[in-house]
Amino acid sequence: MNRKLRVATTSLAGCFGCHMSFLDIDERLLALLDLVEFDRSPINDIKHCGPSDIGIVEGGVCNAENVHVLHEFRKNCKILVAIGACAINGGLPAQRNHLDLGSCLTEVYLTEPGLAHGHIPNDPELPLPLDKVHPLHEVVKIDYFIPGCPPSADAIWKFLTDLIAGKTPELGHGLIKYD
Amino acid sequence: MNETFQLDGTSVPFEPGQTVMQAALAAGHYIPHLCYHPEFKPHGSCKLCTVKVNGRTVASCTMPAESAIVVESDIEELNALRRSLVQMLFAEGNHFCPSCEKSGNCVLQALGYDLEVHATGFRHLYPDRPLDASHPDILLDFNRCILCELCVRASSEVDGKNVFALAGRGITKHLIVNAESGLLKDTSIALTDKAMQVCPVGVILPKRVGFSVPIGERRYDQRPISEQALDDAPRRTDASGNCAACEGTP
Repeated sequence: MNRKLRVATTSLAGCFGCHMSFLDIDERLLALLDLVEFDRSPINDIKHCGPSDIGIVEGGVCNAENVHVLHEFRKNCKILVAIGACAINGGLPAQRNHLDLGSCLTEVYLTEPGLAHGHIPNDPELPLPLDKVHPLHEVVKIDYFIPGCPPSADAIWKFLTDLIAGKTPELGHGLIKYD
Repeated sequence: MNETFQLDGTSVPFEPGQTVMQAALAAGHYIPHLCYHPEFKPHGSCKLCTVKVNGRTVASCTMPAESAIVVESDIEELNALRRSLVQMLFAEGNHFCPSCEKSGNCVLQALGYDLEVHATGFRHLYPDRPLDASHPDILLDFNRCILCELCVRASSEVDGKNVFALAGRGITKHLIVNAESGLLKDTSIALTDKAMQVCPVGVILPKRVGFSVPIGERRYDQRPISEQALDDAPRRTDASGNCAACEGTP
């Protein structure tokens, strides 16, 4: 029997909606588990991405930790897939690219009414935000993109089954959407 | 009508004065297009309608139909070019479809679907042009503008108001409002204007009516734009190339 393919997933500046849409494949998840095993993913407890066949990344890149995780995935995954609008063009979080980061933080943590003793968090434990939100392909090479906010479960299923079967994934009309 | 040219191996009849695009659409052959609109003069800015005529790439919206020319359109070389053009337009603007009121009804998006564009692949420019929400009934989001000039043409040629114009050069070229203040509220634009109806993307929007059509029932939810564009296209033209069927269509 062939070795199971190893799949890692992560969410950077994402909303976990792409992972939820992934889980929307419902009982097909059981069929998928006959074909793949999971490396680092929010659905298990693995802390770091090891050598994997497929890495699936939702969310854009908005802070320093996102950059590190994305590099970890690129280093370890033979095929890296950007899933969802955020990973592909920054998505709705990139609407903050209009704004000055300092004034965003000031408004949320200092001047917003109702804050008691507000201060901008400055513990070194916390990753610093980048001044802009970036799509994944501006940071590392991406092999495939699955568009959608989120992509439908059928699109994710079609993509993965094509890829696992060794074919170039094709979505086609009805499965490609950006909204 | 007995003159014809070849389009992807089939014979397309045309009348004198018709462009390759007009003749193709009238005969039921779709050529992707974005700035071309059956009711307006060709513009030639989007380049989506690029075809090969006797081996040379030309814009089919401006290319006069000629007898016996050989036109190639639906070939991988040109579809790859069209894909890149759509990607360039997406990377140039802020096309965040998930929150755009035009999603599902947007020509740029529908072309992306039809051409199987999965991502832009280019560095995004994230333009930062302020919204114009000054008008009581109409909103402008300039960051989605693809410079097709349809609103400019509609406002000056049909509405007789000349509300819009393009200004600037190169990548800084952008849509402006023809008022001393630069604000839409200081123009005579009205919701019933042709300029309100022609924007193929989500720049010119009526206020307070967004997201009114359920997902699944929007214009391009069920059928790809390649089929719908043919529904919209005039099937008959008179001798001067004017389209009788166009009258009154939105």
